[in-house]
Amino acid sequence: MEKLNWLSIQEAHDQLTSKQISSVELTQACLDRINAVEDEVQSFLTITPEIALSQAAHADRLLAAGDSLPLTGIPVQIKDVLCTEGVPTTCASRMLENFIPVYNATVVEKLSNQGAVMLGKGNMDEFAMGSSCENSAFHPTRNPWDLERVPGGSSGGAAASVASGETIFSLGSDTGGSVRQPASLCGVVGLKPTYGLVSRYGLVAFASSLDQVGPVGRSVKDCAFVLNAIAGHDAKDATSVVREQKDYTSNLGQEINGLKLGIPEEYFVDGMESGVRQVIDEAIAKLEELGASIHPVSLPTTRYALACYYIIAPSECSANLARYDGVKYGYSYQGTNDLWEALEKTREFGFGPEVTRRVMLGTYALSTGYYDAYYLKAQQARTLIRQDFDQVFREVDALITPTSPVTAFKIGEKVGDPVQMYLIDACTLPVNIAGLPGLSIPCGFSDGLPVGMQFIGPHFSEETLLKAAHAYEIATDWNKSRPTL
Amino acid sequence: MPLERSEVKHIASLARIGLTEDEIMMFGDQLSQILEQFEVLNELDTTGVTPTGHAGGLQTVMRDDQAQDSLDHDDVLKNAPRREGEFFRVNSVLEE
Repeated sequence: MEKLNWLSIQEAHDQLTSKQISSVELTQACLDRINAVEDEVQSFLTITPEIALSQAAHADRLLAAGDSLPLTGIPVQIKDVLCTEGVPTTCASRMLENFIPVYNATVVEKLSNQGAVMLGKGNMDEFAMGSSCENSAFHPTRNPWDLERVPGGSSGGAAASVASGETIFSLGSDTGGSVRQPASLCGVVGLKPTYGLVSRYGLVAFASSLDQVGPVGRSVKDCAFVLNAIAGHDAKDATSVVREQKDYTSNLGQEINGLKLGIPEEYFVDGMESGVRQVIDEAIAKLEELGASIHPVSLPTTRYALACYYIIAPSECSANLARYDGVKYGYSYQGTNDLWEALEKTREFGFGPEVTRRVMLGTYALSTGYYDAYYLKAQQARTLIRQDFDQVFREVDALITPTSPVTAFKIGEKVGDPVQMYLIDACTLPVNIAGLPGLSIPCGFSDGLPVGMQFIGPHFSEETLLKAAHAYEIATDWNKSRPTL
Repeated sequence: MPLERSEVKHIASLARIGLTEDEIMMFGDQLSQILEQFEVLNELDTTGVTPTGHAGGLQTVMRDDQAQDSLDHDDVLKNAPRREGEFFRVNSVLEE
């Protein structure tokens, strides 16, 4: 019999409700797997076995009473940017090394109300800034497919834990690709929902006009189950949208005959690896074979997206991270009685280099004399980028692109070169700029490393994206491949 | 155009981040390279284009003002680096 830690959510739910297994057994299987591989993968910042087993016992009582929901008793890893009451939430930063939230993020509360089981907190780039998980102040995470390579980022822990079978699913956050890109590099499924679909209350803020919480799983259906649990309006997040509750699993399995898929030429960028290109071309051919019609389309403003993003995101970050002043919580330099010196030293020692870089970049872009040239210009570019998407979605139902132009790279390879690192997000960040949903699924391998295909759709088109991706997934078996660990 | 050393120091002081001499050099070089990448935006004619602040459809959201319990004092102060009674303790703001 297959080890329990590799079950899908549907399989686990069926076996839990039919009493073939208990949540304690399922949770223990994940904890055993963590014990076996975590020294190598290092996807967690905090492991919470006692909380997990106690939540699992609680879930078993719910199951015994016949009172279960799809995620009851299912283990999850939570990215360390989401507040968890009583459990450290560090954002992989020295600044929050000792921070223990006194409330749960809304998404954590929602999972908890379903009876999900928290295994611990996932590693990430500091404050979710990075594309490789190397900016964690504590340790890097390794790609389960090749331990010398990065898992992607910033939700590197979320993707690596799912890919290595340490957890059934995980929650990440995505500001410019931070769920989809690591999912792609680790060969798992990652969904960035439409801006406003999922509450960010309790998500430590990075760039508020871009941030979204999203699931990582080993199948499209697993992500749909998690989306069912976390989507919905929250009065505590003024950007969350009131919408009718949907069952995102309901049209999985439907055919995709007649679905119009656009292939934007601008996403097949310079510097894209030929192996990635080949795999994506084959995946597109497969979608056509399944009945979708393929249309070449153009999004001419794509070439401005990177600059637009790296002005807007750092600007918002510089404002959001102004709160780390060493007074209310977090690291606080105590070696002086001078107010300003304490503030500067607190932030000098509390933030790592990438966070400092982005805070400074944003501060510059917003400063007197530069605001119009950078921030205002980027916001205008943002309008044009959105309009390109609006235009193209009059012609097609969804877009297909590579998630990342490259497969997982070696740890240390790009650390010293921020410009090269930023280019990796070229295919994912336009989606955040326009507030659209994006879904990455595994679609093959290049030199033994996973390649991800991205589905992009209009606002609130998650059902279409999930349906199309699911059709591809069941017609292939890429998501069944597992790393040898 | 590379950032001057004095500009890097100015930005750092606006951001209230202390930097070592080495960091001033490093960030000066890196920020200059990044700013160079932004020049591509100058190709874009944005005359009369309305800026987008966020891509959600919502405008200002109103709700009824309903009284609710806040966190209690101990919870609020739980993570305080320095606490004195019911207060956060801070360095003096005004000169003696």
